[in-house]
Amino acid sequence: MNDSAHLSSQFDEDLSRLRTHVLQMGGLVETQVSAAIDAYSTGEVSSVKHIVETDRRINDLEIAIDDDCAHIIAKRQPAASDLRLVFGISKIVTDLERAGDEAKKIAKGVRRIYEAGQVPSQFGIGVRHIAEAALHMVRDALDAFARLDVEQAHRVINADANVDVEFKSIVRQLITHMMEDPRTITTSIDIIWIARAVERIGDHAKNIAEHVVFIVEGRDIRHPPKEQKA
Amino acid sequence: MQIHDNPALKAEARNLNFYYGEAKALKGINMPIYDKKVTALIGPSGCGKSTYLRSFNRMHDLYPGNRYEGEIRFFPDNTNLLSPEVDPIEVRMRVGMVFQKPNPFPKSIYENVAYGLRVRGENNKRVLDDKVEHALKGGALWDEVKDRLNELASNLSGGQQQRLCIARALATDPELLLFDEPTSALDPIATAAIEELVHELKKRVTILIVTHNMQQAARVSDYTAYMFLGEMIEFGKTDEIFLKPKDKRTEDYITGRMG
Repeated sequence: MNDSAHLSSQFDEDLSRLRTHVLQMGGLVETQVSAAIDAYSTGEVSSVKHIVETDRRINDLEIAIDDDCAHIIAKRQPAASDLRLVFGISKIVTDLERAGDEAKKIAKGVRRIYEAGQVPSQFGIGVRHIAEAALHMVRDALDAFARLDVEQAHRVINADANVDVEFKSIVRQLITHMMEDPRTITTSIDIIWIARAVERIGDHAKNIAEHVVFIVEGRDIRHPPKEQKA
Repeated sequence: MQIHDNPALKAEARNLNFYYGEAKALKGINMPIYDKKVTALIGPSGCGKSTYLRSFNRMHDLYPGNRYEGEIRFFPDNTNLLSPEVDPIEVRMRVGMVFQKPNPFPKSIYENVAYGLRVRGENNKRVLDDKVEHALKGGALWDEVKDRLNELASNLSGGQQQRLCIARALATDPELLLFDEPTSALDPIATAAIEELVHELKKRVTILIVTHNMQQAARVSDYTAYMFLGEMIEFGKTDEIFLKPKDKRTEDYITGRMG
């Protein structure tokens, strides 16, 4: 990336404000995911309401950042690295907003389970591990964005495969449970929804990392042909 | 520099140096000009882009002390445009030029366009009528002036005058058209008309355009060359230059990080 200052210091300020807002939004999403996972293990259903409310702030930030991007494009006609940054940010906030939605889904799923008088840990299946991994990915992806660190971004992208594998394994285990005891179906399906949301959060973190690579290198690494997939 | 599926070459600068007396204004320029494509030259003031453009129609020959080294090969006949054996008048028949400020002759609209043909010795009224109409249509001006061809060209608006100059350049059927900041004296509407025209023209002629307006380069050109201090810093597809330039100096210029 280009560290030299623009002739227009106003433009530099616009861009730096934009980045700060993205990191602010990212921080919120991170907190949301982490709070939703905590609720899952502790059964603190009261925190669900807070998570749902905070999601609105994330949505508002998405709109505000996109609006800023549109204004920068209209007024500054950014090119090259500036264009990639603005364009990439506009995509990153979409993924952040969706990751926030998934956190909200987890929270609501947790509430359903506990309000039905169930305790998810009764199945001995933790989503804690996969959730920590996904949370890590979000954190690292934001870190990669903050430092425009391509290597870090690649680590996030590579980490996604493990999360996917773990999700499939959780589903398999729960299917066994459901077959053995149909009374567990309702809760099992809720847990599957939660695990699914966690897995999606990992996907969004991976997307963010891919946008970071685009911002830095101008390469679009989404959807590589099959043989190149590592 | 990797460009896939390159179109045919119309011209090529080979190790081109140019001197205004002792001052070296162009330094070892190598650059392809692709046939029936628009190539934009960008760079800060004084970088040599106009000097380079003017080499293509030997305009520097008009002043003593100017000196070329190297070649500009012109295809398909592989003529070296800079060779002393090549008559600059012949070069200018094949390479037309449009300047920053519209410069119509103090003559009628018709005579402005017919001028180059008359210089060539064409005096047949029917042929002239035909070619003038064709050129004015090519300059996207015909519909606006067909009923007043004998009026003075200076009565036209700035944008119309510029299109007249383009029509005048087109009249002799040039193979390469040089534009030296053709819209810098025009308002946005007239600018859009010229840009639209450039897009139409590239079906029949190769275009090399110098512009200070980066967005214009991005809009109208297929290839872009960035020049700095008399050197060709980067040449590539416009799509690539404006998204992911390879050289930091190009990047700094197009993102507004240097003057």
